[in-house]
Amino acid sequence: MSLDHSFVGKTYPPTAPYQVGREKIREFARAIGATDSVHHDPEAARALGHPDVVAPPTFPIVLTMAANQQMIEDPDLGIDYTRVLHGDQRFAYTRPVVAGDELVCVNAIEEITSRGGHVFVTSRTEVHTTAGEPVVTAWMKLVVRGEA
Amino acid sequence: MELPTQTFRVTRADLIRYAGASGDFNPIHWSDRFATGVGLPGVIAHGMFTMALVGRAVTTWAGAPDAVVDYGVRFTRPVVVPDDDSGTEIVVTAVVREVTETGLTRLDITATCQGDKVLSQARATVRTAG
Repeated sequence: MSLDHSFVGKTYPPTAPYQVGREKIREFARAIGATDSVHHDPEAARALGHPDVVAPPTFPIVLTMAANQQMIEDPDLGIDYTRVLHGDQRFAYTRPVVAGDELVCVNAIEEITSRGGHVFVTSRTEVHTTAGEPVVTAWMKLVVRGEA
Repeated sequence: MELPTQTFRVTRADLIRYAGASGDFNPIHWSDRFATGVGLPGVIAHGMFTMALVGRAVTTWAGAPDAVVDYGVRFTRPVVVPDDDSGTEIVVTAVVREVTETGLTRLDITATCQGDKVLSQARATVRTAG
């Protein structure tokens, strides 16, 4: 498989706002065994200066992986999803995600490289509030395995 | 400086719970039939579940659940989770690579399962001052 390197820099339209719910943060925290009260108890979160319960560091993947479907399903780009592996993941936080946030994702294709018959596609997702406040930037590198 | 080792047990039930919470229902994380059909040894953990557990280790070391400013990993090897009561175990260690004058601590992290490294280039930056 070869992907057109001219897609580097392509930016997708902002996603519909994602409403971060208190119970969703609690559910995610329970699923990863994160028991700290800041993820569960709004009072504990406020004591640390947050407006509501705080999401664990990898919580933004819930939004960004869904947002990246724009790129994965982009017919012009032509990724064969049955051959995709998650290669790398990185988050750079301006602040933690908290319950009550309304978050919008803007995806861009940052890099496309080829090596050993595989293609590596890196997306950059800027996550900001509907008011325009930046919250977190996520990078996801997908490995599209070659037809060995 | 080396930080205290932390271990995390991972069972099939954990993967089902994580699938529901994260919305990642890829069958390689719950169906042996599907996983072996695509050439895997069996059901494997979500890479993002491993990253989440390592994230717990990072916030525990930092002593603050809201102190992570940068966190990245490369998934190098699948975490195979057998269909039994004990599952498998992920062992997480880290060394402090740098403490900056602005109160940031940079960690180099190692995560292994059954003796094999499952992540590479695993790094986190946490705020340790203020």
